[in-house]
Amino acid sequence: MALATQRVDVPVIVDESKCLEKCKACIEVCPLDVLVKNPETGKAYMKYDECWFCLPCEKECPTNAITVQIPFLLR
Amino acid sequence: MNTQHLQTDFLVIGGGTAGTMAGIKAKQANPDADVLILEKANIRRSGAIAMGMDGVNTAVIPGNSTPEQYVREITIANDGVLEQKNVYQTGRWGFEVIQELESWGVKFQKDHEGNYDLKQVHRVGKYVLPMPEGKDLKKILARQVKRHKVRVTNRVMATRVMVKDGRAIGAVGFDVRKGDFVVIQAKAVVLCTGACGRLGLPASGYLYGTYENPTNAGDGYSMAYHAGAELTNIECFQINPLIKDYNGPACAYVASPFGAYTANAEGNRFISCDYWSGQMMLETWKELNSGKGPVHLKMYHLDDDTISEIERVLWANERPSRERFHEGRGEDYRTDGVEMNISEIGLCSGHSASGVWVNDKAETTVPGLYAAGDMASVPHNYMIGAFVSGRLSGINAMDYVEGLEHVEPDPEFLATEKARIYAPLDRPDGVPHTQVEYKLRRYVNDYLQPPKSPTKMDIGLAAFERYHETLDLMGAQDPHELMRCMEVHFIRDCAEMAARASLYRKESRWGLYHYRLDYPEKNNEEWFCHANLKKSETGEMEMFKRPVSPYMVEVNLQQEVYDVAVR
Ligand SMILES: Cc1cc2nc3c(=O)[nH]c(=O)nc-3n(C[C@H](O)[C@H](O)[C@H](O)COP(=O)(O)OP(=O)(O)OC[C@H]3O[C@@H](n4cnc5c(N)ncnc54)[C@H](O)[C@@H]3O)c2cc1C
Ligand code: SF4
Ligand code: SF4
Repeated sequence: MALATQRVDVPVIVDESKCLEKCKACIEVCPLDVLVKNPETGKAYMKYDECWFCLPCEKECPTNAITVQIPFLLR
Repeated sequence: MNTQHLQTDFLVIGGGTAGTMAGIKAKQANPDADVLILEKANIRRSGAIAMGMDGVNTAVIPGNSTPEQYVREITIANDGVLEQKNVYQTGRWGFEVIQELESWGVKFQKDHEGNYDLKQVHRVGKYVLPMPEGKDLKKILARQVKRHKVRVTNRVMATRVMVKDGRAIGAVGFDVRKGDFVVIQAKAVVLCTGACGRLGLPASGYLYGTYENPTNAGDGYSMAYHAGAELTNIECFQINPLIKDYNGPACAYVASPFGAYTANAEGNRFISCDYWSGQMMLETWKELNSGKGPVHLKMYHLDDDTISEIERVLWANERPSRERFHEGRGEDYRTDGVEMNISEIGLCSGHSASGVWVNDKAETTVPGLYAAGDMASVPHNYMIGAFVSGRLSGINAMDYVEGLEHVEPDPEFLATEKARIYAPLDRPDGVPHTQVEYKLRRYVNDYLQPPKSPTKMDIGLAAFERYHETLDLMGAQDPHELMRCMEVHFIRDCAEMAARASLYRKESRWGLYHYRLDYPEKNNEEWFCHANLKKSETGEMEMFKRPVSPYMVEVNLQQEVYDVAVR
């Protein structure tokens, strides 16, 4: 099989200046398990574009670093 | 790849609404027993009620209604084909569930005198109890799980129930982050994995833009099938009237008690009752195809204060992101109707009637295997029904496990299942799950979306059977992708069940849910029965009829036809 990498607009935006290195709250609560930490920066980001725009990540973030947008295809 | 071996008395698969309650009730019944919840996500925020709920849809509260009245209402709404004693349980135990939830800190709406403030949304009775402050429901449940010392393993996805000598003896799965193979021996197992919410493809084309929480991909339907359990009335699809594109409830259950209603493009009513039923969906479908569409939830005739109150509920609970959806499109309920559409199909007994066959003790047809919540066939069961069936499974399983020993799993079974699960990792350059799933679900739309045509369903069925080969092309690059791959396996199984069951029942019933173009009428003489399916001894999917048990609450279906059309 031959694969190509395509760019997609992902719904979750993390304000890195507000994201705490030791925190994992959003990653723990996401039902789809699509958020991870960037090992280099220690900041959270959306790794997989599989989102139910349900908002636990945003509500549980202690610093309001997360913004969930409605996924582009539905917006 | 590491293997983890676990043992428990009672294994709960899926820690959502029904699952958390099953665990808690089992521990209350026997505090010495070991109870383990296995959850693909994290029970703090998983499943349909991840962000709480804005109301109870099936509350039978003394002084307002009786379990018998509730059974009547659902019997008529579900065209008579149901096991009344199962539905009765929801009416019988729902009030206790509500009181217990309240004692844990869940808030339900009360009137000025402190009585539950019930609303009428159903055709006859008042069963809707608003929960304007319901957003933390799941957090409260998770706290009670901990308090009751139920063990929890998050981020492990079950893939198969283990069965030996005709009895459920545990389950297998894998850790969706680390990739470990997980084998759990249990004396009894309950499946509470929710609906099959990823069957049809949403019109938006976004795989996860579903009504149901997309983690619920029909896992339990497929696992029950492979365990040898019977499933029932799978052709009674879940189809909902939803906000177009957003695919969430509009939500008439919240807004109609305030005076909102579903209207056509001219602003007129075309249904007399906003309660979701197959017949209501058929009227919606007809209206959309009559030139009078699109249909919308109409609130713009209400005053500003009323709309603000509706918004307060809708923006905080259940699907709170709808606020930003409307905002992004510049829509305001004061001036705009909420454009609605007919959803893609799914399987769910919480909303319709498609599920795993259970009795009034939440037992499936496999000893030691229980099913609860949306995936168990108790029609129109919704959230309180999920709690009640979870409760029944927990209490009854504790009786069942008394004196039982653990059984050693079959090594051959484990080896085969392990090979099936991990195969996509051996093909990192295989076709990505997103493409494999997209095509499968597009076929579901093409061939199974009602109205149902026999030729189309035949073509669909052949495509789903061939799809086994496509699954073998799928590749995964990490355990997370592996989880999605295994979900596609489940979705394929559900698609095949949906096609076979729909072809089997040669009549139309449940309005749009099972509207066949070649048999457009209801045929009570031949089809006033359940259509069940199971895996035969030789591994084939076989269909058969099951009689409807004699009613415990008398209903004259000749006179009491569910009809909400405005003529
Ligand atoms: C958007 C929406 C609005 C609703 N509104 C209302 C309402 O207002 N009132 C009402 O009464 N009802 C409402 N319902 C219905 C109600 O929420 C459901 O009937 C009920 O919550 C179903 O409970 P459940 O336990 O079956 O499923 P869930 O609560 O979804 O739990 C299923 C759990 O299983 C887990 N899981 C799935 N597969 C696996 C696997 N393979 N291994 C391990 N774990 C797994 C999931 O992560 C999840 O935690 C609504 C449903 C939705 C989706
Ligand atoms: S909105 Fe929901 S699915 Fe999307 S990233 Fe946040 S928690 Fe996960
Ligand atoms: S919850 Fe907020 S602070 Fe914590 S990891 Fe996520 S984005 Fe960073």
